[in-house]
Amino acid sequence: MSESLNPNLQPEIVRNESGEHIVLSTDNLEPLHTPVVNAPIIQVRLLMKTYRTGEVDVHALNGIDLDVPRGQFLAIVGTSGSGKSTLFNILGGLAPPTSGTVKINGRDLAMMNSTERTDLRKRTVGFVFQKYNLLPTLTARQNIQIVRDIAGRPLDFDDQFKEVLEMLGIARRMDHKPRALSGGEQQRVAIARAIVNGPAILLADEPTGNLDTKNSDIVLTLLRDLNKRLGQTILMITHNPEAAAYADRTIQMRDGKIVG
Amino acid sequence: MRPGRTPKVTPGHRPSSRGNGILKLLVNKLIFANLLHRPLRTFLSVLAIGVEVTMILTLVGVSHGTLDATSRRARGVGNDVLIRPPGSIALSLTSAGMSEKLLVKLKDEVPHVTIATGSVVQSLGGLDTLTGVDFTAMNAMAKFKFLAGGPFQQDQDILIDEHYAKQKKLHVGNHLKLVNQDWTVRGVYEEGKLAHILCKVDVLQNLTGNPGKLSQIYLKADNPANAQAIVDKAKELLPGYPIYTMEEFTSLLTASSVGLLDQFVGVVIGVAAIVGFIVVFMAMYTAILERTREIGILKSCGAGPSYILNMLFRETFVIALIGIVFGILLTYGTQWLMQHAVPASLVQETVYYWWPITAAIAIAGAALGTVVPAIKAVRQDATEALSYE
Repeated sequence: MSESLNPNLQPEIVRNESGEHIVLSTDNLEPLHTPVVNAPIIQVRLLMKTYRTGEVDVHALNGIDLDVPRGQFLAIVGTSGSGKSTLFNILGGLAPPTSGTVKINGRDLAMMNSTERTDLRKRTVGFVFQKYNLLPTLTARQNIQIVRDIAGRPLDFDDQFKEVLEMLGIARRMDHKPRALSGGEQQRVAIARAIVNGPAILLADEPTGNLDTKNSDIVLTLLRDLNKRLGQTILMITHNPEAAAYADRTIQMRDGKIVG
Repeated sequence: MRPGRTPKVTPGHRPSSRGNGILKLLVNKLIFANLLHRPLRTFLSVLAIGVEVTMILTLVGVSHGTLDATSRRARGVGNDVLIRPPGSIALSLTSAGMSEKLLVKLKDEVPHVTIATGSVVQSLGGLDTLTGVDFTAMNAMAKFKFLAGGPFQQDQDILIDEHYAKQKKLHVGNHLKLVNQDWTVRGVYEEGKLAHILCKVDVLQNLTGNPGKLSQIYLKADNPANAQAIVDKAKELLPGYPIYTMEEFTSLLTASSVGLLDQFVGVVIGVAAIVGFIVVFMAMYTAILERTREIGILKSCGAGPSYILNMLFRETFVIALIGIVFGILLTYGTQWLMQHAVPASLVQETVYYWWPITAAIAIAGAALGTVVPAIKAVRQDATEALSYE
């Protein structure tokens, strides 16, 4: 169940016409799109994405249907060019679909304007990239804090997040800049950054792609632990079946379609 | 921290999207970190804005300073009325176009005139001039104070003021060549009187082929209150001659009164602003290209257009501010150069009220130069930006 950051502002729970429990939030950012508790947090129907390269249309996604329940750790496996990164970008609101429906937390991405998609990335979805994508001029702490800044939240980390930093093994590396951190540490900072605002969904694109086996195991174990401990829905894109084995569920993509 | 928790918003309890002071501090940290991360680009941008500011302040300072110094020297003569040849304007060198005989006529026919004397002015190139005077009559008005030496003794003697003596490192007894003629420095007088270099009027008249002719006539009144009466009468006697009270004349010696100078200052300010604009445009354009991935990262973290624009404009503002301070400091350097390396007639003043005007011009130019790169940054596709190497 969704709950507010402010304990004094509890959401109202009512039954709908079918007798299901639904949460009515007074959050005026999303007043008409309250998620249904039992509905999948990600719902994709007939998703198509076509790029135009020169005079050639490239069909990156060819009618994807996908439901991801809340709290699931899902791995999307596929070879290069299978469309998994395109799916990642669309689910994160970084790229628009050509057609089809994508509902995140009950809200249709196609119906969102630019500001709402920005808001989605600010509050609902966190990203972890293969190349870490930390800002090189800021320390690890500032890289995490800037996400709080963007979301308009206080910079200070609460005790729970400090525990997460301990769990990630980077609590004592917070004042170092990315260049002073190992690849594994940078990726763990990137994970901390992705979850610092408590997004419902964590999207990870080849999070172990640049790491050695030992660091890959650490990062994957951490993702799984975060999923279990915080209940975050995680979508991990990988071409590595061993990495996918950490997930609750694995789907295969090929030529822009889910094949298994 | 738990997933799916969205801050609840009720009227009057909306979280600020811009954050508090500490949050702004973090953006500032990012801005300063970026500026320090690319020191050469930052230095060049600051330098360009600094030069822009210096160009404007130096030009304004020189135009004000030179006119003020001219005005001070004109007042230092001690006359109450000034007559110039027909067709001349206040700030121009005039040929010796008036007959010496006018001095007698004016003295005899215009009431209240106690002294009438004239000068011949010969350009030495640039703004320097050699001024020929009847020392006795001129001294009766101007009351020269000699710091070294004294009045003319021979035809080839010149008198120089303290400013010129210091700049050219000249002393009494030194020789120098002016208008193809060798001269001996006979005296050094306190500055602020008529001109920087004086010689005998008849010598200069003969040297320039204008015997019996004058460039300017100075009249001293028995009482300064009678200056206007003298002007009125002199205008009757000499129709078509520009005749001024000294208040009138010195009021014409301002940058805004000298039409061409005002336009020239305007043109240079325009050029300086355009240079600043182009440099900031290039710098910010390059910065945004360099930081394509960074902007992509910020977008993936939920940064909207306003956040990115705010960051870029703040960065520009910081560069502009440092550039303005640098430019003002640089202006003191040009002032020193003016004092030590250029002709004595060019004087640079510090015109404080132009500091905010110049700052506004520099900031506006820099902000304008940031608009296009900033819009490019905002429109940048996040997925392309994230894959930028």
